[in-house]
Amino acid sequence: MTTMYTPDHEWINIEDHEAATVGITHHAQDALGDVVFVDLPEVGRTFKKGDIAGVVESVKAAADLFMPVTGEIVEVNEALRADPSLANTDPLGNGWFFKVHIAEAGMAEFDQLMDGPAYDKLLKTA
Amino acid sequence: MSDAPLQHTPLNELHLELGAKMVPFAGYAMPVSYPAGILAEHRHCRDSAALFDVSHMGQVRLVGDDAALALESLVPVDVVDLAPGRQRYGFFTNAAGGILDDLMITRRENDLLVIVNAGCKDADMRHLQTNIGHRCSVVPMPERALLALQGPKAAAAIARLAPDLAKLTFMTGAFARIAGTDCFATRSGYTGEDGYEISVPAEQAVALARALLALPEVKPAGLGARDTLRLEAGLCLYGHDIDDTKTPVEAGLTWAIQKVRRAGGARHGGYPGAAVIDKQLGAGVTCKRVGLVGLERMPVREGAIIVDAQGHKLGRVTSGTLAPTVDKPIAMAYLAANHALPNHEVYAEVRGKRQPMRVSPMPFAPHRYFRG
Repeated sequence: MTTMYTPDHEWINIEDHEAATVGITHHAQDALGDVVFVDLPEVGRTFKKGDIAGVVESVKAAADLFMPVTGEIVEVNEALRADPSLANTDPLGNGWFFKVHIAEAGMAEFDQLMDGPAYDKLLKTA
Repeated sequence: MSDAPLQHTPLNELHLELGAKMVPFAGYAMPVSYPAGILAEHRHCRDSAALFDVSHMGQVRLVGDDAALALESLVPVDVVDLAPGRQRYGFFTNAAGGILDDLMITRRENDLLVIVNAGCKDADMRHLQTNIGHRCSVVPMPERALLALQGPKAAAAIARLAPDLAKLTFMTGAFARIAGTDCFATRSGYTGEDGYEISVPAEQAVALARALLALPEVKPAGLGARDTLRLEAGLCLYGHDIDDTKTPVEAGLTWAIQKVRRAGGARHGGYPGAAVIDKQLGAGVTCKRVGLVGLERMPVREGAIIVDAQGHKLGRVTSGTLAPTVDKPIAMAYLAANHALPNHEVYAEVRGKRQPMRVSPMPFAPHRYFRG
């Protein structure tokens, strides 16, 4: 599997090992409602798994973006910063948040995340 | 929060049918938004007409010759001179001048209709019963629902069902038959737009709501949009922007205290906290509610600390969001009076960053009331 999911309703895709893409799931964008602002991390910063790497805000509330695996931010989605509603309209595509160069420790962390069927099961039981 | 089961308004089934996202609010299951979402519902209210279920709010009648004078013993508002059909905003105060709740008072031919906040209504009913129950009848109206139709097209839309309602002006009310239901409507609301609040018997509420939603201008809107709309309109939310630790003077609500109830007026004082409020009306206050507009995009929310350029604390945000119509972060905050000056630049601390904001007059979006 190249895409895995976190209990915080984020996804991470490692098709590109040097720059794994991170975003929020359909469930997350639906629970948040209209996204009006994103606070994206600085490129070059390193975070551990579980660190708060950014914030996504709807009209109603602000939610933390957690780092799904340990690594360094190599790119952020400037298009999302300019039009935060992309997180609602295309959360798994153009609404991505940032890209991570996964640290060595991060690969094992990635493997421990949920695959698609496991995440679907989480949504059904939640 | 208590573990008591949530109460439901008479429109509960309709909300579910319309696909509403329901949330607990003041002990009720209430629609926070419908499938259109808060932003679209907000914009629809500013552009056309939105229907809100506000049946969770408390409705109470005060009946008897002494009712107006009795109510004046609990609010710093001129109720006695209120002509039949006219409505006024007011608040219950405590002995320290703090606000126990804010409310709407309408004089009708045979009673006063008082509308209070859902979260305060039980305490308000006890407050009324205990303090003026011996002077007038205090009659809660749990058998009635309350709908709000708000927006620039509300009047034209509702006039097709009840032509007489078009004649009402802002802050007046009348009995009306709307789509076969017996209602009492006031031309008022909580969005800054023209519109109506309609008290209707609970068993007729669904029929009325369906008749209003069948009008092409009208779409449902939830509490989420109601909150962003009222914030843009500069209107206080009880429990956030005003509470029992804030006086009407600190809250900037002195416009609601008529001259006749102030020092030197014919019926001055005589309500809880009058000495404190009169003193503040004369000498001023050390902290004031202000509007703030963000100079950057990051929303500033309730609880954010406001500081000056040196980082000294000036106050705290009581409501805030990224305003859909204004398209900027807006907030209300209490600031030290020497900083509560127009265009004064202050900083909101959000997640360790300082966001520049400017003290701004309210409303943030212009009121568009129909004054005739």
